[in-house]
Amino acid sequence: MRIRNQQDFWAGVMFTGIGVLFAVFSTAYEIGTAARMGPGYFPLMLGILLAILGLIIAWRSTSPSHPESRLAKTGWREILLILGAVALFGATLSWLGMVISIVLLIFVAAIASHEFSWKETVVSIVVLLIMSELVFVKGLELQFPVWPKFLTN
Amino acid sequence: MELLDNLALGFGTALSLENVFYCFVGVLFGTLIGVLPGIGPLATIAMLLPITYKMSDPTTALIMLAGIYYGAQYGGSTTAILVNLPGETSSVVTTLDGYQMARNGRPGPALAIAAIGSFFAGTVATIMIAAAAPPMSEIAFKFGPAEYFSLMVMGLIAAVVLAHGSVVKALGMVVFGLLLGMIGTDVNSGVARFSFDIPELTDGLNFTAVAMGIFGFGEIISNLEQRENREVFTKKVGRLLPSMAEFKASIAPIIRGTALGSFLGVLPGGGAVLSSFTSYAIEKKLSKTPERFGKGAIEGVAGPEAANNAGAQASFIPMLTLGIPTNAVMALMVAGMMIHNIQPGPQVMTSNPTLFWGLIASMWIGNAMLVVLNLPLIGIWIKLLTVPYRILYPAILLFCCVGVYSVNNNVFDVFITIPFAILGYVFRKFSCEPAPLLLGLVLGQLMEEYLRRAMTISRGDWSIFVTRPLSLTLLLIAAVLLVIVFLPAIAKKRDEAFAEEAD
Repeated sequence: MRIRNQQDFWAGVMFTGIGVLFAVFSTAYEIGTAARMGPGYFPLMLGILLAILGLIIAWRSTSPSHPESRLAKTGWREILLILGAVALFGATLSWLGMVISIVLLIFVAAIASHEFSWKETVVSIVVLLIMSELVFVKGLELQFPVWPKFLTN
Repeated sequence: MELLDNLALGFGTALSLENVFYCFVGVLFGTLIGVLPGIGPLATIAMLLPITYKMSDPTTALIMLAGIYYGAQYGGSTTAILVNLPGETSSVVTTLDGYQMARNGRPGPALAIAAIGSFFAGTVATIMIAAAAPPMSEIAFKFGPAEYFSLMVMGLIAAVVLAHGSVVKALGMVVFGLLLGMIGTDVNSGVARFSFDIPELTDGLNFTAVAMGIFGFGEIISNLEQRENREVFTKKVGRLLPSMAEFKASIAPIIRGTALGSFLGVLPGGGAVLSSFTSYAIEKKLSKTPERFGKGAIEGVAGPEAANNAGAQASFIPMLTLGIPTNAVMALMVAGMMIHNIQPGPQVMTSNPTLFWGLIASMWIGNAMLVVLNLPLIGIWIKLLTVPYRILYPAILLFCCVGVYSVNNNVFDVFITIPFAILGYVFRKFSCEPAPLLLGLVLGQLMEEYLRRAMTISRGDWSIFVTRPLSLTLLLIAAVLLVIVFLPAIAKKRDEAFAEEAD
C-alpha cells in the first residue's frame, strides 16, 4: 500500500484523531436516550461520524485512481515568529500596556519577513503607535491599559 | 403595494443622517482594508467587527457591517484587476480578463465596468431580497424543530457540494466545525462541555477569534512562506470610462450575470463563487470570439463581477429570513447581530421591521456609495496597493489582535487564535477548505437544540424526520445533492468547473 495523496492521507488521519478524541471525551458526560438526549449524545454521534469520514478519506488516498499530491514543506520559522508575536502581545497587554506590547508585536512579526530592515521596522512601530492611540484609544475608546500597570498605579 | 411600503420604511431608516454616515464609513473602511492584497471580506469584517460594538442602535451597527462587506468585496475586485491577486475566490475569474485589460493599458475601463456591473447587480438583488423575504419568512413560521434540523442538514450538505475541493474532506470540516460548536455550556443540562475547567471556554469559542486565527493569521504565515512577486500598475490609470463599444459589449453580460447571481446566491456555500464562474463560462460560450477571453475581454469582467455582487447580496436572504447563514461571511454577520441581542430568523421582520427593511435599503445605498467612492478615488487605492507586504502584514496582525481582544476585553481570545492559526495552516497544507468549518461552528448548538426538541416530540422515534413532508423534502434534496456529486460523470464535470481556480 502506497500513499498516493499525502494531503488526503494526513487530512484523514487528522479527522479520525479529532473524531476519536471528541467521542472519548463525550462519554464523560451523560449520554441519555434518543428521546431524552444528555449533553454527551450529539457530540458522541458527531465524533464517531468524523472518525469514519477520516478513515474514508485516508483509505481513498491510497487508491490508484486518486490524484497524487505531496505535502509542501513546513515554514517553521514563519509560524514560530508570527504566532510568537501574537502570544507575546496577549501575554504582555494586561500588565505592560498597549504601547510596549505593540512594540513587541511589530518587532517580532517583522523579523519573519525575508526583507527585514531595522529602519523600516522602527518607522512602522512609530506610525502604528500613533495610529493606535488615535484610532483605538481616542476614536473607538476601547478599554486598553495604555501604559504599564506599575507606572499608572 | 406592500413591497413599496416596506421599501419606504427601509429608506426612511437607512437615509437618516447617522445611518448614511455609518454606511459610508463601513464602505470606506471595507474598501480600504479589502484592497490590501491577501485580505478577503471575511478577515476584513472580523477585523472591523469591534468598531460596531460601541453602537447603541443595532440597525446602525448592521448597516455599517453590511457596508464593510460590500466594500471589502469590491476591494477584492480592484486587487484582482490591478495586481492579479483575488481577495477571495469569487474574484478569481476577474483576474483572468481584468488583469489582462490592465496589462493592455486599459485598467480604467476594467475598473469602471466592474463598478457599474456591481451597482446594477446590487440594485436588482436589493429589490429581489425585498420581494423574496416576506414569503420566505412565512414558510419559516411553518417550520417545526424537525424541519429546522433537516433544513440545516440540507444547508450544510449544499454548502459542501457547492464549495470547491474534495467533498468528503469538506464534509469532515463541517463535522469538525459542529464539534467545535459543542464547546461551551449545554443549554439543557447546564453542563460545561469540553471546557477542561477553563472558565473562558464555558461560553463557547469566540467566533471572531476562530475566524481570525484560521483565515487571518493562517493567511499571513502562508504569504510569508512564498516570497512575494507582484506587478502593480502604478502608471497612470488613464481613461476611466469605457468606450461606447465596450459599454455595449458589457450590457448583456451584466444582465445575465445579475440574473445568475441573484438565483445562485441564495444557495448555501459558494453562491458568489459559483455564480461568477458560471457567468464566465456562459459568456465565453455565447461569445462569437471566445479566443479573446483570457486576453482582456471586457465581457469576462462585466458578467462575473455582476454575478458575484448579486450572489453576495442574495446570500443575505437565507440568513435574514431563516436565520441560517449560508457562508462564512454571513456567519460573521450572525455573530454581529447576536452581539446586539438580535437572534436572526423569521421573527426579525415582524419584531424589528425598521432594522430589517433599513438593512435592505442600506444595501442599495451602500452599492451606490461604492461607485461614487471607487471611481474618483481609484488613485488612492492604487497607492495603497504599492505598499509592500513586509510593511503591511505587521499592521494587519496588530489590527487582528486588537480586534479579537476588544470583543470581550480579554486576552484569552488572543491566545485562542494561536491553535486555530496552526489549524488554519495545517488545513492549507492538506488542502482542506476552511469555510465549512465556520458554518458548522455557528450551527452546532442550534442543530443540537432542534434535534433534541424534534426527538422529544417524537419520543425518540427517528422517523419524525421522514414522516413530516417538509422535512422529508429537505432531506431528499440533501441526499440527491450528495448522490449527484459522487456520480462519476458529474464529479468529473465538477472538477473541470473548479479546475481554473487551482491556477
